Amino acid sequence: MDVVLDARGVHAWYGASHILHGVDLVVRRGESVGLMGRNGMGKSTLIRTLMGHVARREGTVQYLGADLSRASAHEMSRRGVAYVPEGRGVIPNLTVRENLLMAARAPQMDGWTLERVLATFPRLTERLHQPAGLLSGGEQQMLAIGRALLTQPQLMLLDEATEGLAPLVVAEIWRVIDEIRKDGIACLIVDRNYRRVLAHVNRAVVLQKGEIVLEGDAAVLCADARLTAFLGV
Amino acid sequence: MTTATFLIQYLNALQYGLLLFLVASGLTLIFGIMGVINLAHGSFYMTGAYMAYALAPWVEGHLGGGFFVTLAVGVILAVALGYVLEWAFFSYLHEREHLQQVLMTYGLILVFEELRSLIVGDDVHGVKAPEWLAGSIPLGDVMTYPVYRLFMSGVCIVLALAMYWLFRHTRLGMRIRAGSTNREMVQNLGIDVSRLYRVVFAGGVALAVFAGMLAAPVSSVYPGMGNQVLIVCFVVVVIGGIGSIRGALLASLLIGVVDTFGKVLLPQAAGVLVYVLMALILLWKPGGLFKAG
Repeated sequence: MDVVLDARGVHAWYGASHILHGVDLVVRRGESVGLMGRNGMGKSTLIRTLMGHVARREGTVQYLGADLSRASAHEMSRRGVAYVPEGRGVIPNLTVRENLLMAARAPQMDGWTLERVLATFPRLTERLHQPAGLLSGGEQQMLAIGRALLTQPQLMLLDEATEGLAPLVVAEIWRVIDEIRKDGIACLIVDRNYRRVLAHVNRAVVLQKGEIVLEGDAAVLCADARLTAFLGV
Repeated sequence: MTTATFLIQYLNALQYGLLLFLVASGLTLIFGIMGVINLAHGSFYMTGAYMAYALAPWVEGHLGGGFFVTLAVGVILAVALGYVLEWAFFSYLHEREHLQQVLMTYGLILVFEELRSLIVGDDVHGVKAPEWLAGSIPLGDVMTYPVYRLFMSGVCIVLALAMYWLFRHTRLGMRIRAGSTNREMVQNLGIDVSRLYRVVFAGGVALAVFAGMLAAPVSSVYPGMGNQVLIVCFVVVVIGGIGSIRGALLASLLIGVVDTFGKVLLPQAAGVLVYVLMALILLWKPGGLFKAG
């Protein structure tokens, strides 16, 4: 399998505090990887560092063979990395349609079009002309994922995509994440419900105090006794 | 007040309000989207008026003259000026405190005034309206109204509609509106926000310069003319809601009416009416009439 993302020795700092201590992470084409760990262990920081949002960082980030260690967020996106942040980041004063179209890029042969996104999330169709700020949390999450897909990514970074959502909506989000993976888009997924993550990813890594302490196939990790120790559950 | 005088005052109010909108819309965008308080915005208006005065002979000599050609040359220079200023100064101000922005942009006012003094001197100049717009149309039996003022209003309305279309129906407009609420997310979607800001800033400068050029034949051209406009424009921005183009339009028209009719009906209080209006609106809506976007 070809490597989509290859991060080596990633360190990151927020002010004086050293958050990531040399993280190595590989994501292959069409693979989905769970990123797990307790609160404050550096999961979001790792995603934000990969996306170029952390000013003080070290290490190398290769994406599809190109060195993007010092790239900015808009450059990462242009290369094909889509980031759906915690809190969703919908633009409340723009309509659903405007949110979807503001950054859409022309799809390759079988990429994501507006029609396909709306077919995947039928609830967005009904709300197409409403300001995104009026949407429910679940609808905003669908909008954020749909908008990310319209940038034609090869790698999606999903941070807490199901946080605070009703069980039915959570199930729908996971259904879509599976569909995205089947589409050949690689995913890096952070989610509080680690059992659910392991059920939907190929592989997972566990972060502890800014270092990877455990990694492996989802099925194997599921049975690993150390997992519950690291995740504190 | 007869119908004819009322109509004349009303047209004056409209023209003043619309002109104000051109200057204030740039100011509100720069403030609302880039988060920069730009005290030098009035200087762009002054620059425009002086361009109308100084460029006309040059355009006459090199490009065969023409009112629209002069306007076009002015706007091109304004966009270039905006790009350079944003690159050299304003791009460093986005994340700074308001005090630093105020100091920097106040400094720019002094620089602009000094440059103006060096290049064209300190005299007051008149600028002629083009001949085909120099006439007047009769209103009632004895009154007339200058065609050029009607022309100004028409041009401003066309520009306001064009801006509406840009903001509502183009991706650039969507991105600008998004940039005012969530800068980081806009970057996550592959949009270079620094470049977006540079475009917004250059657009704002171009609008102010254009307004100055358009106003030159009716206001004449004099040192410090930007400062007066700047203060009223900040009133517009505050009344309309910081970052709101719709708010800026409504507030400009409101101020146009209050100021023009105030001077006629309550001349003793004319100087403060605009500020009374601002105070009343802020009591009613502390955040201004509209939200950004």
